[in-house]
Amino acid sequence: MSDGAPVVHARGLSKRFGDFTAVDRLDLDIAKGEVVGFIGPNGAGKSTTIRMLCGLLRPSAGEAIVAGFDVARQPEAVRAHIGYMSQKFSLYADLTVAENLRFFGGIYRVPREELAARMRFAVTMAGLEGRETALVRTLAGGWKQRLALGCAILHRPPVLFLDEPTSGVEPKARRRFWDLINSLAADGVTILVSTHYMDEAEYCNRIVLIDGGRLVAAGSPTELRKHDLGGALFEMESATLGAALTVLRAAPGVVEAAIFGDRLHVLLAPAADPAALAPLLAARGIAAGPPMPITPSLEDVFVRLVSRHRAPEAA
Amino acid sequence: MNLRRLVAIAYKETLQIWRDPRSLAIALLMPVMQMGLLGYGVSLDIKHVPLCVYDQEQSSLSRQIVDSFTAAQWFRTVAVLGTDRELRAAMDHGSCTAALVIPVGFTRTLFTTGRAELQTVFDATDTNTANVATGYAQGIVAQLDATLNARWQAAHAVSASAAGTVNLSPRVWFNEGLDSRNFIVPGVVAIILALVGSQLTSLTVSREWERGTMEQLISTPVTALELMFGKMTPYFAIGLLDAAFCLAVAAFWFEVPFRGSLFALIVTTALFALVVMGLGYLLSVRIHSQLGASQIALMLTMLPTTMLSGYTFPLDQMPRAVQAVSLIVPARYYVAILRAVFLKGSSLWEMAVPIAALVIYAGLIIRAAARAFRKSLD
Repeated sequence: MSDGAPVVHARGLSKRFGDFTAVDRLDLDIAKGEVVGFIGPNGAGKSTTIRMLCGLLRPSAGEAIVAGFDVARQPEAVRAHIGYMSQKFSLYADLTVAENLRFFGGIYRVPREELAARMRFAVTMAGLEGRETALVRTLAGGWKQRLALGCAILHRPPVLFLDEPTSGVEPKARRRFWDLINSLAADGVTILVSTHYMDEAEYCNRIVLIDGGRLVAAGSPTELRKHDLGGALFEMESATLGAALTVLRAAPGVVEAAIFGDRLHVLLAPAADPAALAPLLAARGIAAGPPMPITPSLEDVFVRLVSRHRAPEAA
Repeated sequence: MNLRRLVAIAYKETLQIWRDPRSLAIALLMPVMQMGLLGYGVSLDIKHVPLCVYDQEQSSLSRQIVDSFTAAQWFRTVAVLGTDRELRAAMDHGSCTAALVIPVGFTRTLFTTGRAELQTVFDATDTNTANVATGYAQGIVAQLDATLNARWQAAHAVSASAAGTVNLSPRVWFNEGLDSRNFIVPGVVAIILALVGSQLTSLTVSREWERGTMEQLISTPVTALELMFGKMTPYFAIGLLDAAFCLAVAAFWFEVPFRGSLFALIVTTALFALVVMGLGYLLSVRIHSQLGASQIALMLTMLPTTMLSGYTFPLDQMPRAVQAVSLIVPARYYVAILRAVFLKGSSLWEMAVPIAALVIYAGLIIRAAARAFRKSLD
């Protein structure tokens, strides 16, 4: 493989389950050492895409080359060159940390003389020193995920597919997991990682946003953040978010309104007057703070991109 | 197929069996329980048949006859009767299954004519018990016959060579040594091995699908054959251990005579274990749920092996169609092999036909199991 060729290359990749199209003509290129964030709402087709790239699902159409091998024609060669972490934790809960590592070391035929060192590396990386003999079922979520990553990299695969590796993991452990991902990438490992935590997109070199099985946008976080939302973004506080949202969505000049944590984000058309919003809410008896102009976050961009993608005629 | 991966899988599976109480229980307790249940419970031997005695003669010989009926455990005197009407009533009420009638003048007739008749009456509503009890009675009479014959010779100073001409009653062949247990217990071993073997492996792949660990496993370069042989190895060892236990119980506890070679026993047992475990594995691969796979494994082994293996119900007495169906029941061949090894001491060569059947079976099932495994989530 020449240096310039993408490590993961997909063209027109599609997967249909009966009448349902989970992934629809997806194009994807990932260069060596890149960390690509795969972002999209639940059911967007992230897992299906990753499974096709791992050779676990057969594409209905299109092609994908991973580490130089065709996923449909050479799935075994693909499997030997990848590490995969499935969305659901899938190590053996009734085996200990060391037993899981040794098992995958055997399965991947890690040279015997190197196995001890690599297991030690994985244990250190996962922060599981002193817990080698603990049954995996007794570990907390963050530790389990790091151990799963440790098992997936024992054979030093050039490509890693991580399907929502941080879901259900507490924020501090998530942060630590991303440090691991970035250090692996620094060693030249190519990584595609899906997540539904928008804030994690910041850790990626590049982001691929998909919805309904189709590519919505792709680019670096900086590029995406520059995306023109088509208006000005304001943040509002309210004790009754739901009621406020309903009113705001119907209000003149509002392009889009959404709940972000305990606040509301309101996208106003360039000509609209933000000062008109508060009286409108007050007229309905809804208490709300004044709209404050804010810089759009990546998440704002994603929400906008997805809604524009879903209803292109309205945007 | 790579040995390193196979060993990794076998080792992992062994650890999991060791830590899974359900698998361990099936592996270790089921054979013990079933050996006891089937070895003792399903015996065709009938003991302590309720007997009514109607001794019309009341002589020393007649009392001796009554004693000889109850001396063994076959019969147990429940009533002593005085009239024909009482006999009739006792049989009608079912208070006795068998009745022994010694007519008046039995002793005199016997010693003057050399021939006399004892009457035994059996309640044949339970034909099996009646049949077996008839056999016992005939045996007892035959023994009595021999004793009296000797006494007759002594009394009449007839030489031993002439003794054969003085018979009291027709001789009945009764092989007291033929315990039906000898016939059944080897079959019990086959049933246990079929049940336990298929149950154990029916859980192994379905468990990985159910727990989600299969998704990780099929993302690795592991092959279907490595997975199958790796997973089967520890179960195969357990199956052989169970078989050894059951066979030892058969030989030493139930004292079924063992006349064959240990080598032939081990070879054929391993072959049968491969067949039933391959079947369980095949189901486990096809059915992604532990419950479903183990239920179907139970269905496919329990009924056919108990009904159609010839273990208690002789196949040659079944309708032709049923006999034909029994040809596809692998336990049938193993039961035949076990009986031949235990009771006849047959060599491998003499059992070539059932062995060939098992070899073909093992080949087909292993092939099907290996092909059924798909490294795909589709």
